Amino acid sequence: MTPVVSAHALDLTFQTTDGAVHALKDVSLDIGAGEFVSFIGPSGCGKTTFLRCVAGLETPTGGTLAVNGMSADAARRARAYGYVFQAAGLYPWRTIGGNIRLPLEIMGFSEDEKARRVRETLELVDLAGFEKKYPWQLSGGMQQRASIARALSFDAGILLMDEPFGALDEIVRDRLNEELLALWARTGKTMLFVTHSIPEAVYLSTKIVVMSPRPGRISDVIESPLPKERPLDIRDSREFIEIAHRVREGLRAGMEAA
Amino acid sequence: MTRAAPIAAQGAGVGRSGRVALRAKGMAHTLLPVMTVLAAILALWYLACIPMNAGQSVLTAARADVAVSPESASDRRGMSGLALALRNPGVAVAGAYGQDRARLPAPHQVAAELWAGTVGEPVSSNRSLIWHGWVTMSATLLGFVFGTALGVLLAIGIVHSRVMDMSVMPWAIVSQTVPIIAIAPMIIVVLYSVGIQGIVPKAVISAYLSFFPVVVGMVTGLRSPGSMQLDLLATYGASRLQVLTKLRLPASMPYLFASLKIGIAASLIGAIVGELPTGASAGLGARLLAGSYYGQTEQIWAALFAAAILAALSVGLLGALERALLGRMGMR
Repeated sequence: MTPVVSAHALDLTFQTTDGAVHALKDVSLDIGAGEFVSFIGPSGCGKTTFLRCVAGLETPTGGTLAVNGMSADAARRARAYGYVFQAAGLYPWRTIGGNIRLPLEIMGFSEDEKARRVRETLELVDLAGFEKKYPWQLSGGMQQRASIARALSFDAGILLMDEPFGALDEIVRDRLNEELLALWARTGKTMLFVTHSIPEAVYLSTKIVVMSPRPGRISDVIESPLPKERPLDIRDSREFIEIAHRVREGLRAGMEAA
Repeated sequence: MTRAAPIAAQGAGVGRSGRVALRAKGMAHTLLPVMTVLAAILALWYLACIPMNAGQSVLTAARADVAVSPESASDRRGMSGLALALRNPGVAVAGAYGQDRARLPAPHQVAAELWAGTVGEPVSSNRSLIWHGWVTMSATLLGFVFGTALGVLLAIGIVHSRVMDMSVMPWAIVSQTVPIIAIAPMIIVVLYSVGIQGIVPKAVISAYLSFFPVVVGMVTGLRSPGSMQLDLLATYGASRLQVLTKLRLPASMPYLFASLKIGIAASLIGAIVGELPTGASAGLGARLLAGSYYGQTEQIWAALFAAAILAALSVGLLGALERALLGRMGMR
């Protein structure tokens, strides 16, 4: 099976006024269809940059990158993925339904199709009945769910998520993690998920990519042996703690090498 | 609603009607300070009338053989109004508020003139301030519409084209450094020579003044969406036109209304200034000019207040429109 995302020897150097910043160095990674891949590492390790490269929002300065077998830019124009940012970024002048309709309007779906997809994605993220509410009437967690619905509405095969729950409190985050797993199981999408949190990465992922900074690179790739069915209390299991330990070791090794 | 706090956002429990109630309560609180400031301004005005009109008061009293100080008219000639008022307090106060062509008419005199010019005259009369106001306002509105359209188009161009940003913006700024009183006669003369007169030259001057705040406000507004919002639309493969209509224009609405409020006031000034150099026979500018020719200070002040009231009404109307539109857009 050909990988959905295939990066080989990816390099990205930003030219800034303080000189060149080596954001990505020699990053090689294959992601198969339906995988849930987390990227974890300290600030400046290039995890967000890698996600933006996959999205075609940054252009690598070296190496090759294929998304769905095309260049990242072609994949972006072919609407191959939905992107969820750290902030929900809902338009305050649109209702929740209107926000989810936004990508559908841009992509030219028919009226019936728009209405159907808005209804379905709202149900998918458990926001049915909130279609006519405005973003300011919703809590932060609900807003982020709406932004996930927005990314899901046009049914792209890949979901790119850049610390989507980073600004939320622990309790809300736990619940959204659980819901995200259920959503993933139902939709079978390929997930690329950037996070700061070790438990979050271990709980969600089939594959954990540990990254380290200066220059941003991959220091470890861990295939999770956890079952696909994961109740929240799996986090107390021995396997979970072992994986978390290995992630922590990887992060520490990366920091020492830098 | 407060019990649902973990889920509900701050203030989510306060409905629309709750907000209106809060606003009404706030108004009651602000009414007293507002009235106090108004009373202070009126008191200051009445006080200022005494020295301003002292010369005339003392002269009238002297002609009626009332004792004034100093006695000789030639001694009084060089004295300031304040000095005269201080030396003849009784006469100055008694004569300050009833003069026909007072140097500074009292508020009630201006109010009476305003009343006579609006309610007391038929609208068709050439002494009706409503008619003169409409002459000025029609040019103002026409120029305002032109200026706003021009400003919005220029702003869209500036935001999308670096060349336009660098070539148009400096000229827009330079255009506003030229005193309007210098350029207005030229606009009128040039347009007259090509056979355009009447409302259009005034509207052109109005547009000239009102496009600028719209350009500046709209450029800021169209650029207000952050990089994340722009990235989001890029992930949808949106075209530049879609970015403009779906994101930039809606995001710029609050900025547009701030600009429009400045623009309509500038438009009104433009229309009034446009009436001055031609010796126009109609319009608030014409009333101002005629008033100053014939020393009719009450007429000047009444025309000034009529202009101010028109500006306040226009800005208030735009504010109401803003609240209605932004409210409809869910932006509160």
